[in-house]
Amino acid sequence: MKQKHAADRLSATDRELLNLVQTEFPRTSRPFAELGRRLGLSEEQVLVRLQALKADGVIRRIGGIFASQQMGFVSTLVALQVEESALEEVAAAVSGYDGVTHNYERRHKFNLWFTLVAPSDEKLQQILGEVEKLPGVTALRNLPAVRLFKIGVNFDMQEGGR
Amino acid sequence: MRLTDLDKKIIARLQGDLPLCPAPYAAVAAEVGITEAELLQKAEDYLAAGILRRMGTILRHHLAGFTANAMCGWNVPPERVEEVGRLFASYPQASHVYQRPTYPDWPYNIFTMLHGQSDGELELTAREMSARVCITDYALLRSTREFKKTSMNYFAG
Repeated sequence: MKQKHAADRLSATDRELLNLVQTEFPRTSRPFAELGRRLGLSEEQVLVRLQALKADGVIRRIGGIFASQQMGFVSTLVALQVEESALEEVAAAVSGYDGVTHNYERRHKFNLWFTLVAPSDEKLQQILGEVEKLPGVTALRNLPAVRLFKIGVNFDMQEGGR
Repeated sequence: MRLTDLDKKIIARLQGDLPLCPAPYAAVAAEVGITEAELLQKAEDYLAAGILRRMGTILRHHLAGFTANAMCGWNVPPERVEEVGRLFASYPQASHVYQRPTYPDWPYNIFTMLHGQSDGELELTAREMSARVCITDYALLRSTREFKKTSMNYFAG
């Protein structure tokens, strides 16, 4: 599997670098030089490694991670029950919304799951209403988080992903 | 914090990909039409206001070695939600732990996103968690197809 190889190829330095940039990409004029100082690498070496990790697809993006709620956005998780024959069409229609960030088929009675972010509750309800009416959708369950116990996707790359 | 049009412009750009060049913030600042120092100050302001969680990378977990992930819903008695939610949050294999509403056909009020190296490992993790809290009614939902996975574009266009 190609995917597995990308992970196997990661050197100890890459893992250390990934650990660091996941949690604290510096907010300074020369962030890559700063990362290099912590890892014993030059600024150029850090840039070259990050470029390679991006080209390999290990890194999707380096940038700001914003809290949608603090900016007035609302979000939810939605479970859909969709007739098997309509699944692809419904999935495509759902993915077509800008506010849909994740959309997966899962093996369950509720077979399509997506996350939705919207600028207001009104807009969110409007989209849910539209999705519920898509041909082939037999049930929609709105599952907004009522409480967060843990949010964050930091993985220890040095422990091989445990 | 009230966001001005300039803030929205900055956020729209900062949530995008930073260029891999020695002074990425200077490049972004130039695009937005402010100085690098102003941009870095804005980032500190957003962080202090809780708008910016952090500057960092988004990894493709399956490429970084996390070949398997699954959503797991747990049917937890209401009086145990607090205890179980906190305990599940302590598992390194769980990246997200939420309480969500239930329905007659969806009784699972605690959600965990589980990650591992294989489907077998995910099942083992779920069984361990189940045994630890004595909650046996859970649904482990692996994704069988990814239709979309992206980051939200706030204030785009």
